[in-house]
Amino acid sequence: MTGQYIIRRLLIMIPVLLGVSLIIFTMVRVIPGDPAIILAGPHANKEQVDQIRTQLGLDRHPVVQYFSFLGDLVQGDLGRSTRTGLPVTREIMARLPNTVVLALTAIILASFLGVLTGIIAGVKQNSIFDHLSMMIALFGLSMPVFWLGLMLMLLFSIQLGWLPSVGAESWKHLILPAITLGANSTAIIARMTRSSMLEVIRVDYIRTARAKGLTEKMVIWRHALKNALIPVVTVIGLQTGTLLGGAVLTEIVFAWPGIGRLLVEAILSRDYPVVQGLVLLVAIIFIFINLFVDILYSYLDPRIRYT
Amino acid sequence: MEAIAVQTENKQYSQVREVFRRLIKRRTAMMGLIIVGLFLLAGLFAPLLAPNDPLEHSLQDMLAKPSVDYPLGRDELGRCILSRIIYGARISLVIGLMVVSIGIFIGVPLGVISAYYGGKTDFIIQRFIDTLLTFPGILLALILIAMLGVGLQNVMIAVGISTIPIYARLSRSSVLAIKNRQYIEAAKSIGASDSRIILQHLVPNSLSPIIVQSTLHMATAILWAAGLGFLGLGVSPPTPEWGAMLNGGRLYMRVAYHVATFPGMMIFVTVLGFNLLGDGLRDALDPRMKI
Repeated sequence: MTGQYIIRRLLIMIPVLLGVSLIIFTMVRVIPGDPAIILAGPHANKEQVDQIRTQLGLDRHPVVQYFSFLGDLVQGDLGRSTRTGLPVTREIMARLPNTVVLALTAIILASFLGVLTGIIAGVKQNSIFDHLSMMIALFGLSMPVFWLGLMLMLLFSIQLGWLPSVGAESWKHLILPAITLGANSTAIIARMTRSSMLEVIRVDYIRTARAKGLTEKMVIWRHALKNALIPVVTVIGLQTGTLLGGAVLTEIVFAWPGIGRLLVEAILSRDYPVVQGLVLLVAIIFIFINLFVDILYSYLDPRIRYT
Repeated sequence: MEAIAVQTENKQYSQVREVFRRLIKRRTAMMGLIIVGLFLLAGLFAPLLAPNDPLEHSLQDMLAKPSVDYPLGRDELGRCILSRIIYGARISLVIGLMVVSIGIFIGVPLGVISAYYGGKTDFIIQRFIDTLLTFPGILLALILIAMLGVGLQNVMIAVGISTIPIYARLSRSSVLAIKNRQYIEAAKSIGASDSRIILQHLVPNSLSPIIVQSTLHMATAILWAAGLGFLGLGVSPPTPEWGAMLNGGRLYMRVAYHVATFPGMMIFVTVLGFNLLGDGLRDALDPRMKI
């Protein structure tokens, strides 16, 4: 059953990926200004512009252009950066590991802190800890990533001098960006864990477990937690994708050389091949994360059967 | 007939009053209401409230610390930070309202049509929504900015479009939950048209989650628009926008922390206000609702 489900999900991905490729393709065509004129520079004459247009294949019918674009995509050819002249794949690959390290550290941190806080808050509902932690979580939800980053930098780098403010040379450089990026997710995961915990604690099998004399610890850890964490896994998965968005802002604040910063640089300098490549990469990563989360979900909860 | 109309009106009125009563009973929701109220006041009456001209600059006073005449100090061009923050509220307010309107007016019809007609219509609309959902969070807005170009109007369109999927999903699931109920069947059997069923029955019944979501979305819209402003993709200078102000001040963090700190604090407090109000509204409208 699960095998069939995965195949069906993969099939559904085809129209979505086609949609994404269409967005990426349209992107360069709808922007104001002729890419051939932009590429040729301000001093080019008409022949040079025409030559570039033919080189880029922009004189062909849009449908032909789209299919040749798809063909290149399938072969992993994303073109060359108009800014550096380097292949887009190389530009992206040089920056990708930095973002992966940052995002993974942030999500691990957020999952650990979020789940722990959520469990305690849920088990001790209406306690001071519960109220306080949920208030802090709401603060975390409302905090602009870039402002939090600047404030942490102000305190720990400028005032106290404990941690470096910008760059990515050592593990010390990772601490502030990871906390900044993970703050929002920590809040969301904590809230989700708490409400999931509260829901599970009320169900029949927990009452049964208590009735047969299990210790409270056993009830919470063995019975409640296992079931409460199922929706939390989904949220953690989705947050991993969302972190890529937050990474853009975090990377700018801390001058972290990842793909988020590359994206903003590319947008500001109108380096469309790089923008296209990054958009495609993010879309694919996010689609696979979602698929992975759904499959994991069915393993964790045997009652969930996708048909 | 008239009596029935009056009765329904009374019922609706008392429902609104009941929701409001439940809302103000919660301290956190009340706090949200106050913050949002102050934000609205600042946005609406900016020219009356601002102590100075938000655009008047004075280079010899750049980065000046807070003083009596300039309570939050001056920015990198010597402009009054407090006045710029107050005028910034107006921009954030417009952004929030525009974004939420785009989301509702495109997303809700898409969701309702998708659920009501089902089949192929549903499939096509859902794949469109899936495509939009392929880009997490603020990234879709960033990509749209790359396509549309920078500027305030484009920021609103970009963030607005990125909220469409959530409204579409939300209204779709509410309609799916009620479309086979008896009263819909009854309406159909007496010959009500599709548009009548959709507008009279389906849309009003999926309103509660949409109201809650819109409040929470004002928060997201303000946050994302400020993020885009911070990246230099939003308003063009010298317009006082909170994200852009923060970006301007960030270079001077070491010498004048107040320039970046205060606009950021405003974004934080305003977003917090909308989140508190949204949470409160959700509990007041329907405690079982899950968003």
